[in-house]
Amino acid sequence: MTRYWAANTAFLEGVRALMPMVPGVIPFGLVTGITAVEQGFSGFETLVMTLLFYAGSAQMAALQLLRNDAFALVILLTALVINLRFVMYSAWLAPYLHHLPRRWKWPLAYMLSDQAYALSVIKLTSSKTVGSVHWFYAGAAFSMWLSWQLSVMGGVFLGAGIPASWSLEFAIPLSFLALLVPAIRSRASLAAACVGGTVAVLAMDMPYNLGLLLASFCGICTGLLVERYHTAAEKSLPQEEEQ
Amino acid sequence: MTEASLWALFLAIGLGTFTLRVSFIQAYGRLRIPPMLNQALTYVPASVLAALVLPAVIYPPAGAEFDLGNGRLLAAAAAALVAWASRSILLTLVVGMGMLWLQQALI
Repeated sequence: MTRYWAANTAFLEGVRALMPMVPGVIPFGLVTGITAVEQGFSGFETLVMTLLFYAGSAQMAALQLLRNDAFALVILLTALVINLRFVMYSAWLAPYLHHLPRRWKWPLAYMLSDQAYALSVIKLTSSKTVGSVHWFYAGAAFSMWLSWQLSVMGGVFLGAGIPASWSLEFAIPLSFLALLVPAIRSRASLAAACVGGTVAVLAMDMPYNLGLLLASFCGICTGLLVERYHTAAEKSLPQEEEQ
Repeated sequence: MTEASLWALFLAIGLGTFTLRVSFIQAYGRLRIPPMLNQALTYVPASVLAALVLPAVIYPPAGAEFDLGNGRLLAAAAAALVAWASRSILLTLVVGMGMLWLQQALI
């Protein structure tokens, strides 16, 4: 049975889905704002940088490299390599967004984030809802974008007022963890997560965050291999097929 | 780095990131997604999220005064259990942060 949503309902459902992620976003945004100010950027410069990038890990990496007086081309490549995952998200979302006029498509593409993507995937794979999928995505993406911009600005105003002993940065991996658990739906995705996580830990010392990309690549390949192995095993045992 | 080249760098990163984000959304239909890539996309969330979570749990943050590696591991394990049982992001955060603070208070 397929359910169709009204645009309003879908947008608000997207906003509501994003709300539990906000406590994980705020600390990361605050830390980014605080880091930028500590490095001598003005509030205006930080705002423009945050609007242009809209990518937390890339922004943090760029700030760290700027602190080390790195070559501009190295900073550019690092940021883009960290953001390469957006191409995969873009490919996944394309069927739901491509039909929109450019004045909607481009802003929605600009607001693409890990969170908006992950929530849309969970929504679409957990229910057979079709129709206003782009509205659900828009609600999640816009509220994520707003939370991020406001958190970074909060960090700019707070400055270095938050004690490091609160360990608030731990909220970031925790919120990714809360997304990871429902993403593990099969033996193949479990294998992908195990390999991805292990390789990321082992490749921690690789320069420019390349370890993250290598780990993702290894995880994806593992998922495909396990899936292929299982499909082959099922074909050889047609009698034991389960309903 | 001069002020002008700094702005040029920010603009280049912004435009580059937007290009990555808009790529397939804009070129859908003209830029075909190979079936292999489509299948591979299924494993993107599990792989990328695990690769983001595990190092952050195992390695303490730069400049941390204590080695809290084990505290984070235990807190993350409790949070993972809660995430699996409840599917609630907020509850996962509350339990994870609570476990970390509890251990820091006891150390």
